Amino acid sequence: MAYKRNVDRLPIVPADAEEHVAVCHFCIVGCGYKVYTWDVNREGGTAPDRNAFGVDLAQQQGALTPAWYAPSMYNIVKRNGRDVHMVFKPDPDCVVNRGLASVRGGRIAELSYSAVTGTQLNRLTDPLVWRYGQMQPTSWDDALDLVARVTARVIKEYGEDGVFVSAFDHGGAGGGYENTWGTGKLYFGAMKVRNIRIHNRPAYNSEVHSSRDMGVGELNNAYEDAELADTIVAVGTNPLETQTNYFLAHWVPNLRGESLDKKKRLLPDEPHEPGRIVIVDPRRTVTVNACEVEAGKDRVLHLAINSGTDLVLFNALLTYIADRGWIDREFIEKHTVGFEEGPAEAPLFPARADSGVLAERWPGFNEVLAEIRTTPEQAAEICGVPAADIVEAARWIAEPKAGGKRRRTMIGYEKGVIWGNDNYRTIAALVNLALATGNIGREGGGCVRLGGHQEGYVRPDYPGGRPAPYVDKLLIEGKGGVHHIWGCDHFKTTLNATEFKRAYKKRTDMVKDAMNSVGWGDRRALVDAIMWAVRQGGLFAVDVDIKPTKIGQHCHVILPAATQGEMNLTSMNGERRMRITQRYMDPPGQAMPDCLIAARIANHMERVFREDGDMGRAKQFRGFDWKTEEDAFMDGYHRHAAGGEHVTYARLIAMGTNGFQEPAVGYENGRILGTPRLYTDGRFSTPDGRARFMVTKWRGLQAPGKEEQKKRYEFLINNGRANQVWQSAYYDEDSEFVQDRWPYPFIEMNPEDMAELGVEEGDLVEVWNDAGWTQAMVYPDEKAKRRETFMLFAYPSGVQGNVVNAGVNELVIPNYKQTWANIRKLASAPRAVAHVSFKSREYKPV
Amino acid sequence: MKGCRLMVDLGRRQFLRGSAATAAGAAVATVTGAGARPAAAQGGARVAYPSTRLANIKDLTVNEPLEVTYPDAEAPGVLLKLGRPVEGGVGPDRDIVGFTTICPHKGFPLHYTAAERTFDCPGHYSRFDAEKGGQQIWGQATQNLPQYDLRVDEKGDIYAEGVDELLYGRLSNVLG
Repeated sequence: MAYKRNVDRLPIVPADAEEHVAVCHFCIVGCGYKVYTWDVNREGGTAPDRNAFGVDLAQQQGALTPAWYAPSMYNIVKRNGRDVHMVFKPDPDCVVNRGLASVRGGRIAELSYSAVTGTQLNRLTDPLVWRYGQMQPTSWDDALDLVARVTARVIKEYGEDGVFVSAFDHGGAGGGYENTWGTGKLYFGAMKVRNIRIHNRPAYNSEVHSSRDMGVGELNNAYEDAELADTIVAVGTNPLETQTNYFLAHWVPNLRGESLDKKKRLLPDEPHEPGRIVIVDPRRTVTVNACEVEAGKDRVLHLAINSGTDLVLFNALLTYIADRGWIDREFIEKHTVGFEEGPAEAPLFPARADSGVLAERWPGFNEVLAEIRTTPEQAAEICGVPAADIVEAARWIAEPKAGGKRRRTMIGYEKGVIWGNDNYRTIAALVNLALATGNIGREGGGCVRLGGHQEGYVRPDYPGGRPAPYVDKLLIEGKGGVHHIWGCDHFKTTLNATEFKRAYKKRTDMVKDAMNSVGWGDRRALVDAIMWAVRQGGLFAVDVDIKPTKIGQHCHVILPAATQGEMNLTSMNGERRMRITQRYMDPPGQAMPDCLIAARIANHMERVFREDGDMGRAKQFRGFDWKTEEDAFMDGYHRHAAGGEHVTYARLIAMGTNGFQEPAVGYENGRILGTPRLYTDGRFSTPDGRARFMVTKWRGLQAPGKEEQKKRYEFLINNGRANQVWQSAYYDEDSEFVQDRWPYPFIEMNPEDMAELGVEEGDLVEVWNDAGWTQAMVYPDEKAKRRETFMLFAYPSGVQGNVVNAGVNELVIPNYKQTWANIRKLASAPRAVAHVSFKSREYKPV
Repeated sequence: MKGCRLMVDLGRRQFLRGSAATAAGAAVATVTGAGARPAAAQGGARVAYPSTRLANIKDLTVNEPLEVTYPDAEAPGVLLKLGRPVEGGVGPDRDIVGFTTICPHKGFPLHYTAAERTFDCPGHYSRFDAEKGGQQIWGQATQNLPQYDLRVDEKGDIYAEGVDELLYGRLSNVLG
């Protein structure tokens, strides 16, 4: 049977409950939520004057009512030391989600730590250290002293290149402006750490380098543009499952024609129709189905290209559009490098050609066009879609509307290309297309990544080079003496994971064995033993997280962090909308905000260097006397972010769940003034304000080992997210609701492939290739292409990264998507999956 | 109140359309063996439910939902004879189940897709498996579909006596 809570009544929010501003902890959309807390011994009543909603709760409420909350939106938590009821429900007044909750954000209350209801009881509550052969609780000072002493010794012996760091760089829970600044000031201010990598990739790099190099910041439009566009182009993204309420509240109204009035009102001088959508994705996702349901099949063009061939498609679209005269000549002349020679400055690596004139200067549009010229027929051959569909897509993107008015096209892309073949050139090809059609900085346009987490980045400059070091590879090779990990779990979310885990366990075990050889109370002997092991190739590992992780099992110190809502935290969403989530509950046990953990590490480093007589190094660690996360915010965002001087906690609280769109440009009449769209003045992020075009030649599968793997193994192991699961399932692995649905990661397979392999729905299979092995649960999908599977990414009970090879692009961006492997049966469907539905996930209309 | 009635009526209309459109489709799903997971979370005290006669076994036709309301007239649902035994099914063939037909995500009326034996929501595309205890196959609800606790007496009368999840739009399954 399906999991049921057997909860059939919830406490009523009283009229005088405390209200708090909150944003969802999870994806980049950042839906607004309202949090209510009130004393555990009270509740409101059904009479309108006795509840927070002012309605008669003795009556059935209708669809979309704000006066209802699901059991998953309720919990009992601690607030200021007292048990309180907490309701965490979507805010109907937030312009982002308009009262909608996704299956992820709608469970935040239930995913909170509660000693009363027993949810998330395995949250980390105390610092833990490897003592007497197991992890044991200790005090902050004891744990931080050891961290500081070992880190200081490593710096003395190996320099700061001996310090390896894995850290979040994003917003939302596990990040935010406070915490990116806190960690950034520690590693890039007090230290100059180069061997650092970001939570989901093995180096310190942008995922959209080329867009930035062309002068186009990747979050350049407003969510409203999806309501205003004539055509949305969605590339390598499945927004119904991964940006759910952006899709439901902004894309769907356009596809249904419900935003026509808004289009006519805001853009009165041109004809309008309901939106069309072009979806580029090898897989038929639930997004494709939903678009067909809403817009009708004749207004949805799904280009199910061969995996990894996006670049060819974009080059063909640009060629066709240019040849038909549909480019925006005026925009190109005024706001880009223009048609002929570009500026004399040398493009950055790897934008420049290896030799010749284009190694010395940027190309003009005509030069780019000459280099990338691709016909629809040539693209059809490589991409595996009909040439007529490519021509149709070009028409939807750029054919002028009646009266010669320019078509408004918004391009959104995400991991399908970001974590796909030839990241740098592929994204550049999309930006070429958006620039050539004049679709950046205007209503209904934009060329944007759709995003994963919210954003929240403000740090001193990264001291490393370009390309940045491939940190996971260096760790495998035995480099580094100490590893600080902040909210990352490589064991679930890196590539080449089979090899990484083998090497990491070996290196950290060496240190554990050394620590077992001395008593805890003899700190000098303990540090000496650790350093002896480090010299033999061992690695001392420190993990800062909110939950036990897979990599944490191999660490020697674990430090408990607070998360969003247990601390005040600020972030921005995919349209640069900045909000605060107020602290509405206490962190568990001794857990602290990451920014304060970073500050306390700095304090201990200063002390240790001072005691060691190294006053020069000790001085580097000053400036961390923060007592609260607000101190870190004021030191970081307020002083260093563009427009940060206009932003304070009090002002953000007053702006509520709608906040403002970054950058802030002023503060008037009690409101922070923001920037709904970037580049509306046509000045791009380059020295001369003109956007660049880039030569984006096709070169097949770019990352090392991919072509060979494709030839050698039978199945494409495409991979990505599922609706119910947030990120690496760090909460969801303890959610009965999610584990009931996905006891194992699914692998979607065509039923004929299943028959050939002799497997049935629910069977466990091994996915294996030259990089490693993993497991998954077979889920039939009759619409899946033959030999093209899709596996849930980053799931603890079967890590897809185990079979992703080490190949990366020039700037060390991983390529997860182009993975090929063989599949063989492990076991018939176990009892644990007998209750699981294996029916189609596609909604069927009446 | 007007809104509530509207919802019930809308639910009925959707339902009839859904059943009519798909009743001819052959059922193709296969039975994979009865799941035996115990109902995991047991909440606190349950509210007192009415024992309500919803129908007699003779009123049911295989794979054709019969509209009912439970625990009161404002709460639309269905009884469904699946024609093959399922976990939680009642009656001599252990194949009779009952569910709410209001989506636990945002309160839209579900329709029944007979060919797949699923409940589908036109609001945000959620779907629930009638043969798997209402498990959400895909969707935005944070609950699986609330299911009736059914009893069949010796005359073949089918009674509902409880619901295993909170119904949409009410903070107590039994209003008052």
